[in-house]
Amino acid sequence: MLRFILTRASLVVPTFLGIMLLSFVLIRLVPGDPIEVRMGERGITPERHAQLLHQFGLDRPLWQQFASYVGQVAQGDLGVSIITKSPVIKEFAALFPATLELGLSAILFAIVFGLPAGIVAAVRRGSAFDHGLMGISLTGYSMPIFWWGLLLILLFSVQLGWTPVSGRLSAMYFVEPKTGFLLIDALMSDEKGAFRSALRHLILPTIVLGTIPLAVIARMTRSSMLEVLNEDYIRTARAKGLGVFRVVGLHALRNALIPVVTVIGLQVGTLLGGAILTETIFSWPGIGSWLVESINRRDYPVLQGGILLVASLVMLVNLAVDLLYGVLNPRIRR
Amino acid sequence: MLVKNLIPLAAGALVAMAIAGGASAATLVYCSEGSPENFNPQINTTGTSFDAAFHVYNRLVEFERGSTKVVPGLAESWTVSEDGKTFTFKLRRGVKYQSSNTFKPTRDFNADDVLFSINRQWKADHPYHKVSGGSYDYFGDMDMPKLLKSVEKVDPYTVKVELNEAEAPFIANLAMDFATILSAEYGDVLMKAGTPEKMDQEPIGTGPFRFVSYQKDSMIRFQAFDQHWNGKPPLDGLVYSITKDPAVRYAKLKAGECHVMPYPNPADLPKMREDKDITVLSQEGLNIGYLAFNVQKKPFDDKRVRQALNMAIDKKAIVDAVYLGAGVAAINPIPPTLWSYNTSIRDYVFDPAKAKALLAEAGFPNGFETDLWAMPVQRPYNPNAQRIAEMMQADLAKVGVKAKIVSFEWGEYRKRAQAGEHQMAQLGWTGDNGDPDNFMYVLLGCAAARPGGSNIAKWCHKPFDDLLVAAKRTPDVAKRTGLYEEAQKIFKEEAPWFTIAHSVVFKPIRKEVVDFRISPFGRHQFDGVRLN
Repeated sequence: MLRFILTRASLVVPTFLGIMLLSFVLIRLVPGDPIEVRMGERGITPERHAQLLHQFGLDRPLWQQFASYVGQVAQGDLGVSIITKSPVIKEFAALFPATLELGLSAILFAIVFGLPAGIVAAVRRGSAFDHGLMGISLTGYSMPIFWWGLLLILLFSVQLGWTPVSGRLSAMYFVEPKTGFLLIDALMSDEKGAFRSALRHLILPTIVLGTIPLAVIARMTRSSMLEVLNEDYIRTARAKGLGVFRVVGLHALRNALIPVVTVIGLQVGTLLGGAILTETIFSWPGIGSWLVESINRRDYPVLQGGILLVASLVMLVNLAVDLLYGVLNPRIRR
Repeated sequence: MLVKNLIPLAAGALVAMAIAGGASAATLVYCSEGSPENFNPQINTTGTSFDAAFHVYNRLVEFERGSTKVVPGLAESWTVSEDGKTFTFKLRRGVKYQSSNTFKPTRDFNADDVLFSINRQWKADHPYHKVSGGSYDYFGDMDMPKLLKSVEKVDPYTVKVELNEAEAPFIANLAMDFATILSAEYGDVLMKAGTPEKMDQEPIGTGPFRFVSYQKDSMIRFQAFDQHWNGKPPLDGLVYSITKDPAVRYAKLKAGECHVMPYPNPADLPKMREDKDITVLSQEGLNIGYLAFNVQKKPFDDKRVRQALNMAIDKKAIVDAVYLGAGVAAINPIPPTLWSYNTSIRDYVFDPAKAKALLAEAGFPNGFETDLWAMPVQRPYNPNAQRIAEMMQADLAKVGVKAKIVSFEWGEYRKRAQAGEHQMAQLGWTGDNGDPDNFMYVLLGCAAARPGGSNIAKWCHKPFDDLLVAAKRTPDVAKRTGLYEEAQKIFKEEAPWFTIAHSVVFKPIRKEVVDFRISPFGRHQFDGVRLN
């Protein structure tokens, strides 16, 4: 097990460097620099342009910029935003809890509904429920997030008035961010009703962001369960006269979960991608819209730092998923 | 005068609140379009950031709400010397600064604050000059370093500014966001505490609203400043709910989650107008979209060619098809909302036959080949330059002119156009200070016709330029109006541009919002606004 962890961990370093290089080069391939992008019709004199480039160290050869960037990162410094002048790590720390809260809530939603739906569909293979579920999940999977989000807003927020349109909290409440997780902060604050407001604000974004993972998890669970249910040992268990719940819930599900857990792990990447759109639609103050804006503004340090942090998280989650296999299936542990 | 106006307003708001049963304090929610860079307009360049800091501060002079007229602000009055080079400001007494958890002011506003605010941007050795990146783009863009000779404190309530040359629009410059007055005392406190950058993040000013909190990409909160020199504003609270997507802003407005929204989708406007809870305000923007002919390149050095092309393009079709009701055809190089706009000038009439004849007279009976530059981005004055270029191309083809559409990345586009690499290029302008000089001298003056200058027609016409320079030299508005009106006549006759349109700005607001006025400068101002 230890060797397994070490092998996996040793792969992290080159991946890390690769991501750094990629994010560093890609943003610089986009035409325009951070200075020019900010200027309006008036433009900027070449002298002033050069002066500002120099100030941000952008006038040095690319390899030098990269080398000093790597050195900086090695010391745990991700630099300072060109636009807001505040440290990238500080901005990330302020915004990431919002993304995490939404992401966790979405994946929870996807698991809670996707897993049972997939199991039932597998057990009742060929039934109307099975066909219905597969149809719906295919629809959910192919739903453009932007359209889906606006549709839900128009129906539930504007027409029915059940949920708020966007944001994380009603303007009526003022909750001091302590943990950054608004549900927790609201619970801890003295503001009555803030928790309920935060929860209500979370509903639609959760559904929108959780739809694709929900569809994937339901489908994966179903096919994995079907495979396992056809195994000899399940037939044996049934022949021994075990109840349906014991057969499906204990013997089949545990083995069927391995590919499902893999898929859930992979969904983390999808979630972060989806979060960018979901956050934009719901004015959710997370890292998604922060990163998009950094591209528009050519805010190199923010984009590089942001991508690096997000990529590190995805790598960590995947590592955790690998380790989870061992817990689910003792054979892998050996 | 403003005080007089505000007192009944505030009283009215109080009565309204009492009628409403003392319901929660009047808080207006504004669905703003993005997060500010910081809260100091001196170091900002975007409207979003200016909006976020606007209410916290005052300036020496202010633009009257909803107009380009300059009125007294922190300066009660001012005098200009005979030669137009010396401005003496009498400062308002008893003006209080806001306080916060970290700062409690011990003195009122005085001349030291004015010097602090100007010198921070002007003097490289000022202790705050390099704080927060030290980039004062607007101060530089308005040519302040070149213009200013000295800024002196005569006594605690008098400041004398000397300029290197007479510049009438200087007063209007001082009403711009970059001329915000900070607190020198707050500066000292922060410097001693070793956190000078907080000045730009936790703002303290003399304005009508006090900054309370900011959560990036989420919300900015303000509270009415009770001790504001002009009286407490009618609203008790002001919240900017940051909502980047226009469709979502609209949904929030409909659901009553915000009261005012900027930048609606043009396609949503008809629906908004039908909504009984929403009023759509509109105003012609302080901007101009145009097609410039590079007069330093053939065949555009010939006035007849420029005039012919003015007749060959169907302006109405462009405004109808591309601006979709959110634009008005432009005749002059300045928008109709600006003082000195010459209403007597008639535009060239769309007449391809006459255009062809004029081209033949100029020696191009079969037309010619040219490029036609189109911006790659959407701008306030031009929603779709590519589409406009295609329509122009089709019209020009009818008189034998073969135009090839060219485009570059935005930064590159601007740079090359300013270098004069084009024959015909689209561009535009949004006004900074509500002075005609800010359009005409900047975009059509001889000084800006140099390579790299913002006069992309590269048109330097002495009789026209003389008028502009004369208008710069005199502070007398009536005299200046006459000069600019004359200049507009020359402009139309010489036709260095095909003026396309001024965009119309729309502001959807909820019915309960009273007395919201659209700012010609694109600011969103709430200090006189009430809620029913």
